Amino acid sequence: MPELMYREALNQALAEEMERDANVFLIGEEVGRYNGAFKVSQGLLDRFGSARIIDAPISELGFAGLGVGAAMVGLRPIVEMMTWNFAILAMDQIVNNAAKLRHMSGGQLRCPIVFRGPGGAGGRLSSQHSQALEANYAHFPGLKVIAPATPADAKGMLKSAIRDDNPVIMFEGERLYAIKGEVPEGEHVVPIGKADVKREGKDVSIITWSRMYYFAEQAAQQLEQEGISAEILDLRTLRPLDEEAILATVRKTNRAVIVEEGWSLAGVGASVVDIIQSKAFDELDAPVQRVTGLDVNMSYATNLENATQPDAAKIIAAVKKVLYREGA
Amino acid sequence: MASKYSKDLLLTMHRKMYLIRRFEERTDQAYKQQKIAGFCHLYIGQEAVAVGTNEALRPDDYMLSGYRDHGQPLARGSDAGMVMAELFGRGTGYSKGKGGSMHIFDIEHHFYGGYGIVGGQIPLAAGMAFASRYRNEDRVTVCFFGDAAANQGAFHETFNMAVKWKLPVIYICENNRYGMGTAIGRVSAEPEIYKRASAYKMRGEAVDGMDCLKMYEAVKDAVEYCRAGKGPVLMEANTYRFRGHSVVDPAVYRSKDEVEHERKNDPIPKLKEYAIKNKLATEAEFDAIDEEIKAQVDAAVKFADESPEPSLEELWRDTIVEPGEEDVRPRERVLGTKVKWPSYPSGQELKVTWDLEPRQQAEREDKKAGLAR
Repeated sequence: MPELMYREALNQALAEEMERDANVFLIGEEVGRYNGAFKVSQGLLDRFGSARIIDAPISELGFAGLGVGAAMVGLRPIVEMMTWNFAILAMDQIVNNAAKLRHMSGGQLRCPIVFRGPGGAGGRLSSQHSQALEANYAHFPGLKVIAPATPADAKGMLKSAIRDDNPVIMFEGERLYAIKGEVPEGEHVVPIGKADVKREGKDVSIITWSRMYYFAEQAAQQLEQEGISAEILDLRTLRPLDEEAILATVRKTNRAVIVEEGWSLAGVGASVVDIIQSKAFDELDAPVQRVTGLDVNMSYATNLENATQPDAAKIIAAVKKVLYREGA
Repeated sequence: MASKYSKDLLLTMHRKMYLIRRFEERTDQAYKQQKIAGFCHLYIGQEAVAVGTNEALRPDDYMLSGYRDHGQPLARGSDAGMVMAELFGRGTGYSKGKGGSMHIFDIEHHFYGGYGIVGGQIPLAAGMAFASRYRNEDRVTVCFFGDAAANQGAFHETFNMAVKWKLPVIYICENNRYGMGTAIGRVSAEPEIYKRASAYKMRGEAVDGMDCLKMYEAVKDAVEYCRAGKGPVLMEANTYRFRGHSVVDPAVYRSKDEVEHERKNDPIPKLKEYAIKNKLATEAEFDAIDEEIKAQVDAAVKFADESPEPSLEELWRDTIVEPGEEDVRPRERVLGTKVKWPSYPSGQELKVTWDLEPRQQAEREDKKAGLAR
C-alpha cells in the first residue's frame, strides 16, 4: 500500500470524485492558482479547469451560500474553508439554509454539499486561529459531521461525503496535513457513521477523534510498558455518533476516557458520556473521565499553548484515574 | 392606439393579482380566528411585483423569496389550497406543515422557497444561477428580497461574485419602504437601493412596483439581458404594503395619510382601468373572474380547514436524506396529480464547457497588471 500524506490523500479523493462525477466542483479561497492554502487542491485547476476549481473572493458567507444554492438544483459542491475559524462567518448559510432545506421544503429538496477545511489548533496562532469547533456543528440536525485522523480515513471519508445526499461538515487538521499513512489504492470508501477501533486493548477505552488520536496512541504505547492495555476507539464521525461501537468498547473494558481537543462544556465528549451512562451504566467500573482543551482561549506563548491542549501525559493521568492507580 | 398587450395576458395578470389579494385577505381573517399562527407577512399591495415578474419568465426559470412569500408561488401557479394548508399547519401543505407561512416551497413550479433570515436567500440564488451556467442552460433565476436585506453582508458578497462570474440572476428588491417598523432611509446611507449596483459595475434600475405592466416590461428586458449571458441585474421595485409588517403589526410608524395616499395607487384597479380603457376586456369579464377567484379561495380555506395535521411519524422524516430515498412531490402526494419534476444530467452525461476564468485572457491580464504566475 502506498504511503501518502493526509493532504495528498484528500487531493486524491477530490480528483477521483471529480473525475467520476462532473457535477462535483470545488470552491474556496486560494484553491485554484495558489493550489490551496494547505495544498490540498494541488494541480486540480490545471486538470479540471476554472469552472470546477473556483478561486472565491474572501466572502465566506457568500460562497458558502452559493454552494448551497448550486446543491439545491443538483450540483455537488465542495466548499473549502481556509480554516473553520473563518467559517463562523458562513454559519448562517450552513445552519439556517443547508441543514434545514429538506425540512423546510417538506422533503422536496436535498442539499448534497461538503464543507471542509482544517479545524483545531495550528501552532502559535493565538485564539482566533486555534479553535476546535466541531461540537458547534455536531449540534445541528440536518448535518453530518466527520473528523478523520488518518490519511486513509481522510480519503475514504471525503469520498463518502461527496457522494452523500446531505450536507457534510468535514474537519481536517491543520497539523494533520503532513502526517503520513498507508492509503489503499482504487475504490477506497469509508462509511460515514462508523467508528473504528484503531488499537485493541482490554483495560480501558480511550475514545477520541481527529488529531487527538495521535496523543491517545502515544499514551497507549507508554501505558503498555506499564502493563496497561488501552483500546482506542476513533469515532471518525461526530454526527451521527456510532453508539454501537461506543457501547461495545465500554462493555469490553468497563472503563472509558474521552479525549477532545475542544472545550469541555457542551463538547461532543459530553454526549459520548451521556450515551455511556444511560446505556451502559452497569458495565462501568469507574466514572468516565474526559480530557479536553482547558476552558480558556488559546495563547501564543509556547508554554501556555501547550498547557491549554490535551496531550499524552494528561491522557495517561486520566487512564490511571479510571483504573484507580493514581500516583502509581 | 391599440394596446400592445393581449387580452389573455391582462386577464391572466388580473386573475393572479386578485387571487393573491383575496388569498391574503382570507389569510388575515384565518389568523385572527387563530387558524394560522406564528409570523405571517401579507403581500397585499405588492401583487404587481410578483405577477408582473412571473409573466415575464419561463415556467422553468427559478424563483425564490424572503419570508413575505405567499404571493410569488401563487403567481407561479401553486395550488392555493395547499399553500393555505401550509399556513394552517396541515399535513396537506406544500411542506407537510413543517414550514408554515415563511417557508413555502413548490419545486414543481420552480419556486425554491421562502427564507426566514433576512437576505439569506441572496447567495442561494447566485448558486442556482451558477448551476445553470455550469450546465450551459439558458435558465434565469429571480430572487426577491426586501429593502432591509440590502444592508446585509450577503447582498454585497453575492453581487461581487455574481458580476465577476456573469451569473444569470435578477435580484428584485421589493422596496416597501419599511424593514419591519424602521423606515429604510433611517438606517441606510443610500436608500435608493438600485444605485448600490454601481459599486459592483452591475446593471441597476428602479421600477414602479405598483404597476404590473411596468414590472412586466422591466423584467422582460432584464431576462433578455441575463439569458444573453451579460450578467446579473439589480432591480428595485418601488412598492408599498397596505398592511403592517406582519398580521399582528398595527403599523403605527407610518401616517394614515401616507397609507391612504398609497392605496390610491392600488395595482389591481390600475390594471383593470387600463384594460377597460383600451377595450381589451369588459367590467363584466373582470367581475366574472373575481367571482371565480372568490370561490377558489373559499375552496382553498375549506381544504385547509378540513385537512388533518401531519402524522407524528413526520417528525422523523425530511431531516436527513436516507440512501435511495426519493424527493417528495407535494401535489402527487396530496392530490395524486402526476407532476413534472426537474431533472438534470448525471455526472457522467454532463460536459462542463464553461471557462469561468479563461486562461489566455487571465494570462494577458496578469501580464498587464505585472502579476507573476
